[in-house]
Amino acid sequence: MDGGDLQIFFQLILSGLIVGSIYGLVALGFVLIYKATNVVNFAQGELMMLGAYFCYYLVSSYQIPFVPAFLITLVFSSLLGILIEVAILRPLVGETVFSVIMVTVGLSTLLRSVVGLIWGHDQYVFPSPFSQQTFRFFDLVILPVELTTIVTVLGLFAMCYLFFKYSKIGVAMRATAFNQKYAFLMGISVRKIFSLSWVMASVVASIGGILFASMSNLDTNMSLIGLKVFPAVVLGGIDSIGGAILGGLIVGLTENLAGGYLSQIFGSGVKELSAFFVLLLTLMIRPYGLFGKKEIIRV
Amino acid sequence: MGSGQFKTCYRDDIKIFQTGFIQFWLCVLGVCLLILPFVVGQYFLYTANLCGIAVIGALGLNILSGYTGQISLGHSAFIAIGAYTSTILSVKWGFPFWLCFPIAGLVSALSGLVIAIPCLRLRGLYLAIATFAFYFIVEYAIIHWDSMTNGTGGITVPEASFFGFAFDSDRKIYFLILFLAVCATAFARNLFRTEAGRAFIAIRDNDIAAEIIGVDVVRYKILSFMVCSFYAGIAGSLYAVSLSFIGPEHFTFLMTIEYLAMCLVGGVGTIIGTIYGAIFITLLPEGIRLLRDALSQDYPFLITRMADLQASCYGLVIILFLIFEPTGLFGIWLRIKKYWKAWPYTY
Repeated sequence: MDGGDLQIFFQLILSGLIVGSIYGLVALGFVLIYKATNVVNFAQGELMMLGAYFCYYLVSSYQIPFVPAFLITLVFSSLLGILIEVAILRPLVGETVFSVIMVTVGLSTLLRSVVGLIWGHDQYVFPSPFSQQTFRFFDLVILPVELTTIVTVLGLFAMCYLFFKYSKIGVAMRATAFNQKYAFLMGISVRKIFSLSWVMASVVASIGGILFASMSNLDTNMSLIGLKVFPAVVLGGIDSIGGAILGGLIVGLTENLAGGYLSQIFGSGVKELSAFFVLLLTLMIRPYGLFGKKEIIRV
Repeated sequence: MGSGQFKTCYRDDIKIFQTGFIQFWLCVLGVCLLILPFVVGQYFLYTANLCGIAVIGALGLNILSGYTGQISLGHSAFIAIGAYTSTILSVKWGFPFWLCFPIAGLVSALSGLVIAIPCLRLRGLYLAIATFAFYFIVEYAIIHWDSMTNGTGGITVPEASFFGFAFDSDRKIYFLILFLAVCATAFARNLFRTEAGRAFIAIRDNDIAAEIIGVDVVRYKILSFMVCSFYAGIAGSLYAVSLSFIGPEHFTFLMTIEYLAMCLVGGVGTIIGTIYGAIFITLLPEGIRLLRDALSQDYPFLITRMADLQASCYGLVIILFLIFEPTGLFGIWLRIKKYWKAWPYTY
């Protein structure tokens, strides 16, 4: 391996980590919902896409500067999270896993096609607030937006960690995740906790969507990122926040390395496919993931 | 309708055609279905064919998801495997059609076996995710295995023929599909009167309890997967014949959602409900087209966005049925029946 090869290798790792941190961010939202409400959210990628489109809409149609538009988007996605929880998930509390999975699959189809109905499937250039001036870091090239992404993901992870460990609401959320009935008896409003976890997931997804759109373009294929959530969370353990981030990073790395080295042999789709191979392998070897709680079923 | 049915033995209770009334109306329905292709137009017939195919595919999915309780998000992958197997066999090796479609079913069933074995340890959510991943792997294979599937270019499906009798028109294909759909329904209906069918239901209701009372859970889960994918393979083979051209764009994830919607709308774990659901969901795009044409005066952009309109309706239908009518059309039908049976009393 000469210097050029090594540089390509490190550049692939770096871009893998960047994409992986977006995956981790979306996976974080997924885990937040799963931990508190035991709902598997197939619409995580669509929440992310909707956030990015809404922000784009504010900036392009109303000429709102990026920062206020970003804040309004966060408010919008909080409201959307509450709406989804109250209108769709709450009537299904206590229903079978099949119903709950299906309702989020239906929701993801609905949200994706509504975005398609409103904005079409063209590509838009996202009004990115970041400069295109690259940093050089030894021989590696990194854009400001990419650096921001990594920092944001690490920051959000740290915030979540501290929130769940020290804040009263965070502890209440953990209690609810542990046992809804006991939490209810201890005076925790389980309903509010459910809504709150959807709000947090939706906000985190929007942030991820806006960052991703700033890095590339904005189109409806963005919802495909949501599919990468599953390899990430299954690998990390479906109820582990740290696992979600780490799983996202590993999936991002795997994809980039597979895309860089294997696509000459297996064709262009191998990049996308490698994540699902990781998923199937994890399920076969260690179904509860790296950090997940091993599920014990009692009769 | 009889005022009351008094069953005196268990055999009466599990009879398929419970009363003479039902037998009579089924015969009427059968005659109508046989006359249908001679009275309706080309387009209607094509839609009827799609309904028949949907019935076969949805019955398979309902056996796996509705009766055995195993969630599959990879149904369109099995349908694609069936469609491609039968087409490739007849294009590349000149297999006659009467051999192609059973082989398509078997190959699909074998792939069901392949996915079932690693999935045996998985339940609920994990199974959904694993079958989801399986779908992407199959899609990748279809797009990149150029020598077999001709990638994104697709394959033209040759005319199906049975011992020299060519299925060259929609009407002839209609009778083939009708025959197979009736067979599929009869098989599914009878399946749940056998040991295997009851084992499926036991696994759905509680797999651990089923294991304790002596149901071989592993064996029956695999069997259920294989029956489901066999049905899907047959449906795929017929789908290829009636479309006469297949490409990867015909087997998207939206197709899986369509089939899941059929099961949910019809009624999870019911045979007759599956048929209602399959017909409802297959006809839904026609209804949407009417709606679009009505709205396109005011909202001209809708014309180019039919696919999105259709997908949003599927999503909406799934959500609304799950929230407001979890038992599906079958449940509505039962309620209406009960209401009229007791009319004018309320119970």
